[in-house]
Amino acid sequence: MKFPIYLDYAATTPVDPRVAEKMIPYLTEHFGNPASRSHAFGWAAEEAVENARREVAALFNCDAKEIVWTSGATESINLALKGAAHFYQAKGKHLITVRTEHKATLDTMRELERQGFEVTYLDVDSEGMVDLEALKAALRPDTVLVSVMYVNNEIGVIQDIPAIGEWCRERGIVFHVDAVQAVGKLAIDLATLKIDLMSVSSHKAYGPKGVGALFVRRKPRIRLEAQTHGGGHERGMRSGTLPTHQIVGMGEAFRLARLEMAEETSRLARLRDRLLKGLREIEEVYINGSLEHRVCNNLNMSFNFVEGESLMMAIRDIAVSSGSACTSASLEPSYVLQALGRSDELAHSSIRFSVGRFTTGEEIDYTVTLIKQKVHKLRELSPLWEMYCDKVDFNQVQWATH
Amino acid sequence: MAYNEKVLEHYENPRNVGSFDKEESDVGTGMVGAPACGDVMKLQIKVGKDGVIEDARFKTYGCGSAIASSSLVTEWVKGKTLDEAMAIKNTQIAEELALPPVKIHCSILAEDAIKAAIADYKAKSDKAGATASREEETAEAAVCAPRAVTA
Repeated sequence: MKFPIYLDYAATTPVDPRVAEKMIPYLTEHFGNPASRSHAFGWAAEEAVENARREVAALFNCDAKEIVWTSGATESINLALKGAAHFYQAKGKHLITVRTEHKATLDTMRELERQGFEVTYLDVDSEGMVDLEALKAALRPDTVLVSVMYVNNEIGVIQDIPAIGEWCRERGIVFHVDAVQAVGKLAIDLATLKIDLMSVSSHKAYGPKGVGALFVRRKPRIRLEAQTHGGGHERGMRSGTLPTHQIVGMGEAFRLARLEMAEETSRLARLRDRLLKGLREIEEVYINGSLEHRVCNNLNMSFNFVEGESLMMAIRDIAVSSGSACTSASLEPSYVLQALGRSDELAHSSIRFSVGRFTTGEEIDYTVTLIKQKVHKLRELSPLWEMYCDKVDFNQVQWATH
Repeated sequence: MAYNEKVLEHYENPRNVGSFDKEESDVGTGMVGAPACGDVMKLQIKVGKDGVIEDARFKTYGCGSAIASSSLVTEWVKGKTLDEAMAIKNTQIAEELALPPVKIHCSILAEDAIKAAIADYKAKSDKAGATASREEETAEAAVCAPRAVTA
């Protein structure tokens, strides 16, 4: 086994060696600018870019002309939300999203609020699911756009995108989906799903960082106001010289995802379930988010009476993410777990495990053993665990301010 | 985040982990922090007849720096008089463990824990003489307000 063990595939993935191999000639040999129309260097690069565009489109069963290259999902989301909000603002200035969205969506929505748009942030239930009835209740005559993520990045919960899409389409509301965590894990058929705009990135699916795409539907046609101006690339929607090697990498990564998804997702689910089974043997653990509506590679668990950062420190041999933002110095528990109604204590002690293409069963078994041992050790150190064992009623305890 | 060596050393080998019986007359118990804030420290001192702290124990729920801070102060208070222990400053703890600015609150909590344990011990010994009825101390509501955090 190689240490540290990487169980943070939801944060990023390594570039698949097969992908890296395809990229290299486009750095050194076929270095042309895909926008150069007058010579063979440009033609070769353009062909590579268009092949990759077809591969991305093939994974989602859409037209290659509906794919716009971006620098990543954050840019895709910014272009989708700001571009559609600006273009359709004469129709209305009300937007709807969900409290548990990624910051790329929430911060973009905040910016649109500063620009005079009004945003409704939908609550989720204790399982992390959006209630379609809550969405219906939030509808206003001036609602122009709804944005919901397919798979939550922290808790892996899958929203009912088909149903929300149908509902939006019937009302002529633009529907944007952040599908970053769904790529290669869920079959996304844009010929049947009523999604108008969809953001994806390459690096969560074994492609390189720094490239992503935005799907912009042509039938019915969705219009966007460009947010980056320059040479009029990408049909005017996103100017800027295309990074050929990155795009080639993303194309190859998405081609592999299409070919290997069925087999890979069942393997990932087996590994995740093995992890879940092992960790569930520990007393006082809580699973965050619905297990039923959950992507195959995610497990988010809280270890009661153990503080998250100290647990992370204890398991330095494993690369995972903590649901507590203590590590990023803000001392704030995860807003996603708070939206689920989790107490701050449980939010602080949560860990997100995400398995991926190169995870092995041996690594999972090692992880289970290590976590069991370290949780035991930290609980021996924990005054809260001692109180729990003494059957102290925590609701009766008054904690001193600090 | 990379952890400081001294923090790691205390974290891996915490000193004086455990509990004394808090009902014993020579034991002072200080419990500070709140679970919602991500830190709770329980520090206990055992005081000799001469007023010198003979032994100390701790249990901490919190990050590695909180565990290290409390482990360190259990070592420091041993052999000190109550007045000497009262004089321990959070800045000394922070300096010894080279805590970064975001972890200064851990050292503040450790200082508060010593003071709370000493106050508990003193309240007990005062009461041992008098037969006055015991006033319940009302703790303030838990509010996460890490002080002196500059980063």
